[in-house]
Amino acid sequence: MFGPRTDLALSRDPAGRTVPWIIAAMVFIGTLSLAAAFGLNEASAAWRHLVTGNLTVQVPDGPDADARADEAARVLAATPGIASARRLERAEVLHLLEPWLGRDAAATQLPLPRLVDVRLDPALAIDTRALALRLAESVPEARLDDHGPWLERLSRLTRGLQMIAAGGVGIVACATMLIVVFTIRAGLLVHREVISVLHLIGAQDAYIARQFQWHAVNMAFKGALPAFLLAALVAFALGLAADRLSAPLIPKVALGTAGWLALPLVPLTAILLAAVTARLTVLLNLKRTL
Amino acid sequence: MVRFQNVGMRYGFGPEVLRDISFELEPGSFHFLTGPSGAGKSSLLRLLYLAHRPSRGIVSMFGRDMAQAKRHELPEMRRRIGVVFQDFRLLAHLSALDNVALPLRIAGYPREKARAHVVELLNWVGLGDQLDALPATLSGGEQQRVAIARAVIARPRLLLADEPTGNVDDEMALRLMHLFIELNRLGTTVLIASHDQLLIRRLGKPVLRLVDGTILSGPLETA
Repeated sequence: MFGPRTDLALSRDPAGRTVPWIIAAMVFIGTLSLAAAFGLNEASAAWRHLVTGNLTVQVPDGPDADARADEAARVLAATPGIASARRLERAEVLHLLEPWLGRDAAATQLPLPRLVDVRLDPALAIDTRALALRLAESVPEARLDDHGPWLERLSRLTRGLQMIAAGGVGIVACATMLIVVFTIRAGLLVHREVISVLHLIGAQDAYIARQFQWHAVNMAFKGALPAFLLAALVAFALGLAADRLSAPLIPKVALGTAGWLALPLVPLTAILLAAVTARLTVLLNLKRTL
Repeated sequence: MVRFQNVGMRYGFGPEVLRDISFELEPGSFHFLTGPSGAGKSSLLRLLYLAHRPSRGIVSMFGRDMAQAKRHELPEMRRRIGVVFQDFRLLAHLSALDNVALPLRIAGYPREKARAHVVELLNWVGLGDQLDALPATLSGGEQQRVAIARAVIARPRLLLADEPTGNVDDEMALRLMHLFIELNRLGTTVLIASHDQLLIRRLGKPVLRLVDGTILSGPLETA
């Protein structure tokens, strides 16, 4: 397919038929792992975007909870850096609880806290600690929630998942290299007579290594290209499916431009790794001969 | 061109198969190497075509002490040596043409220029109609001629041949010998290992006689 004419009948080796399948599996897994890493990154950014523009204030249930919540909203609305502050109606709070308590939540007599939805002015920075102190002066029992701990846990989770995905890509790369090393070493053994003749005729190690290198490129290409196309198709289909999933708190999952640009690096890296590994394996092994 | 001084050779930890070998091949000389089977002719040739290093003594090739030669220098030296192996060692999946073209390809000759040379030489050895034949489809004698053509195609400075006429009839043997003589006239140093005493006598060239791993007599004798 590629490369110069070969003096070694490498394409007839049995390994030449199986290795592309193994590389295909590796590239498929690697591409999906990378897609997952980018998807998580985008999802994490979307979650952050959802919650960083607002704050929530909770006022515990009590005889004058509504009035206390209104007071908190008034104090907050008068603070620079806050675009709006509004107490949520009981129906809205019950709607938020629907995913956990069901539609019958309205019928229950749960002591629900009052919630104040605070929208921040994106043009002005705000000190949440100072804001909490100011709020405590007017409504001591109110609790300001800037979603920090939740965001921290989310960050840890996405970072962990991204590391697992990156680890998956790393393992795939190592496995690809190992497969190439074993295949090339087997090839060196099978073709040792021809290699010996080539050496005696005056071939340099690099001349022989080049033939193995192109053989590895061909094997990797045959496996990597269809596997990449299939994996990209799967990633695209999963993105579409996630788009249609209108569950609360699940943002639109997309790879983004960077993700789609990065995905072809997986098959390209696999091919490059195969070529370099094959070349180094041949050179290192031939070094031991005369 | 080639100088051996008290050379010994063994395979691994085995016994010495060559002992105290000393001789010199002048540039442009033509010699036969003869001796009974198992005397060490092939081992001596292996030292000469740089497939093995001596276990002792000094081997000097093209004015270079081989003990000092680095591994990466060997390909360049080997390109100056043409070898006809006893078992031909043709590449089974390559045609006669590609087998003969191999030394030129390795040396980086342009493809078309190399092809013209190869076709001319294969015509000369009587294989002009077998250019695309694979070795497996050729007779022993034809394979031998392909092997000889491969050894001489790059006009080597030293030609080594191990029983190069063992599988051909007398007429072809003489024809091939004339090819070697012609090459020798053009300056190639030739060493041919052969059992064919008749042929050796007919050509009247100096003989190195190897018996039981050692050169039988110091000065080169003429058959």
